Amino acid sequence: MTQTPPLTNMEPGWTAGFWRENPALVQMLGLCPLLAVTTSFVNGLLLGLATATVLLLTNVAISLLRGVLIPALRIPFFVLIIAALVTSIDFLTNALFFELHEAVGLFIPLIVTNCAILAQAETVASRQPVGHSALAALAAGSGFLAVLIALGSLREMLGSGTLFANLDQLLGPAAAAFRIEFGLDGALIAILPPGAFFGLALLIAIRNAVVSRRARQ
Amino acid sequence: MAESRPFASLLFVIAIAAGSTALVTASWDFSRDRIAANERARLLASLSSVLDPALLGRDLDPVLIDALDPELLGSEEPIDVFVPVDGTTPLAAIFASVAPDGYNAPIHLLVGISAATGQVTGVRAVEHRETPGLGDQIDIAKSEWILQFDGRSVNDPATAGWAVKQDEGEFDAITGATVTPRAVVRAVHNTLLYFASHREELLSRARDAALERQSEVAE
Repeated sequence: MTQTPPLTNMEPGWTAGFWRENPALVQMLGLCPLLAVTTSFVNGLLLGLATATVLLLTNVAISLLRGVLIPALRIPFFVLIIAALVTSIDFLTNALFFELHEAVGLFIPLIVTNCAILAQAETVASRQPVGHSALAALAAGSGFLAVLIALGSLREMLGSGTLFANLDQLLGPAAAAFRIEFGLDGALIAILPPGAFFGLALLIAIRNAVVSRRARQ
Repeated sequence: MAESRPFASLLFVIAIAAGSTALVTASWDFSRDRIAANERARLLASLSSVLDPALLGRDLDPVLIDALDPELLGSEEPIDVFVPVDGTTPLAAIFASVAPDGYNAPIHLLVGISAATGQVTGVRAVEHRETPGLGDQIDIAKSEWILQFDGRSVNDPATAGWAVKQDEGEFDAITGATVTPRAVVRAVHNTLLYFASHREELLSRARDAALERQSEVAE
């Protein structure tokens, strides 16, 4: 994923990051971890939460340091900050939330590959005050999380015939009861990589349909 | 801009490199002992999951020996072999074997073998990077696939049967994953082969280690 961050004028507020410039559906950033991991609701939820957390922390850190930033060196600066934060988060969750790390450990290093975080650093955090950057990170993070959950749920229902399976990995044994069985075998293709592209295309099509319907009204 | 201020640029690069390194170092220092403790606790819990249930509930403080056989045990380094003992009598051997040919990375296994019968008392994949939804079915958290080795031994089935069904063996395959189950079946079989040919040597080393520990406690 080496797309150039879009040079759109990032607007303040919630709807920009969540809907109008949704990282996954509009900017199409962060697709590498998104497509790879969304085989189930739980996987989507975990990667989404981890990504949103990192996005918030990197935006705040970069925004705080933007006064000392030398423009020509900003990209290595962003990458270093993101990599250092993700590595630290990996260590700390492993030390303090071992059970959770067992479940999300695989996803945390993937976050470094997420261009949505670099795009936020470039377009928002390096130019805007901390409060604004934090809000933009929350909006974009929630937008990314929503897409991950939608795609994960869709692929799990079609591919495995279940929903909310393995939620106990995150919430403890009681949550195993949330698992829904549809009594179907599921089409394996939904779980395999092609299913990720089909599912994402479907979500983008739905969003575009909503946007164009609204524009006509 | 940076081009006209090389010294400032250099200073900036050094500062962020040092800052990032300091952050990672500090969090590693804070985490290292806790991570090690967590992993020890998980290891002890995992060890009991591959033991004969009849042995559980007894006070089994396993002695640790090592074994080196890159071909059969999957690692260029000596691997850990945990031997629960009753006094100085070895009851089982638990190999921390490696399946070197996992799909994304080597698969770290625990293979429990009864000292008396040579039968598998349990296998668990304790560390792996298999594909979520496919190869990760080897994980007991995802499916019961790994339980099919229980009760098997080096000659049950015969060598040709130690393969997945699609390769005309006796073990269930995993839908959508070919490499992963092959790797695990081969690693379990190789561990049993190793145990069969080194049984006496391993168990006598374990007895020695248990004796040594007893004499240390007595002092």
